[in-house]
Amino acid sequence: MNAPVDYLLHLADNALILGQRNAEWCGHGPILEEDIALSNNSLDLIGQARMLYQHAAEQIGNGATEDTLAYFRDVPDFRNYTLCELPHMPLMAATSKGDRDFAMTIVRNFLYSSLMVLVWDQLQNSKDTQLAAIAAKSLKEVRYHLRHSRDWLLRLGDGTDASHAKAQAALDQLLPYCQEFWTTSPQEAAALANGTGIDMATLQADWNQIVDEALQEATLKRPAAGGFVPTGKQGLHSEHLGFVLAEMQSLARQHPGATW
Amino acid sequence: MSTPALKEWPLWEVFVRSKQGLEHKHCGSLHASDAQHALQMARDVYTRRQEGVSIWVVPSATISASEPNDKGEFFEPASDKVYRHPTFYVIPDEVGHM
Repeated sequence: MNAPVDYLLHLADNALILGQRNAEWCGHGPILEEDIALSNNSLDLIGQARMLYQHAAEQIGNGATEDTLAYFRDVPDFRNYTLCELPHMPLMAATSKGDRDFAMTIVRNFLYSSLMVLVWDQLQNSKDTQLAAIAAKSLKEVRYHLRHSRDWLLRLGDGTDASHAKAQAALDQLLPYCQEFWTTSPQEAAALANGTGIDMATLQADWNQIVDEALQEATLKRPAAGGFVPTGKQGLHSEHLGFVLAEMQSLARQHPGATW
Repeated sequence: MSTPALKEWPLWEVFVRSKQGLEHKHCGSLHASDAQHALQMARDVYTRRQEGVSIWVVPSATISASEPNDKGEFFEPASDKVYRHPTFYVIPDEVGHM
């Protein structure tokens, strides 16, 4: 039994786009050790994306490979959460430049990892045995990502006035994007129906608990998440994804088939 | 500010055990705000190529070291006492490599 291709792409695109975003810190980390830690995180995510793309490409056939899926699809084809594509800075129009904000990076990694420890844990029981194996491997990686981001969240939140303010601002900005986790996309419904996916609604209480416990320890206040519900996983993205893809895909598109 | 920020993080020495049964070996040092932080950073910096199965971190300030100036009286007297090495025994062939 195979998971629906769009469902695999949803999981893969989340990992690839967040991996690409975290890779933007490479060479720019606040300290050397953190620079390496974020690159490690990024490589874990890109590794997850590769396995999922390879699995999807086998089903698509027709010459599809992990590379065609990563580098030759456009914005509406991507199925990632909008959360994963946002820049590491307070939200602004797509072409404006701002300083990369470490608190945004940490809060996003925390919110995403808190979800994915639950998702990968459940997907170990997927009827798609290859997806189940990918889930088992990814679970170990994301447990460390959660540990790393949670640890920094506590240090920033319960740190100085300045670090607390930045962590709170990042949380206020990013938490509403998590509403997308609990909506149902066609690919999630299809995966749930054939026993390869999971019912996201059943994870919400556990996710809330992981988030609330950490926020309390970090002395951060959980903002009311309401208003706009993002639709990235259905292919309707923010203006930011196009810029991520332009940077990520330009080399492969200028030199198709290039190898080291 | 409610909590004063650390201007400089203390230095930690990192020891990594490469596999079960072997000893922890010193592999470098890093700056970190506390022990937990140091362990995590050591994991990311020193074990990302499968170098280890266990990590120790020790505050560098707690290590007492011999003085380079004491080299003469500490170490040189041993240099002409080769008889302290067990190199004058004949090892029977049956023992093989020791």
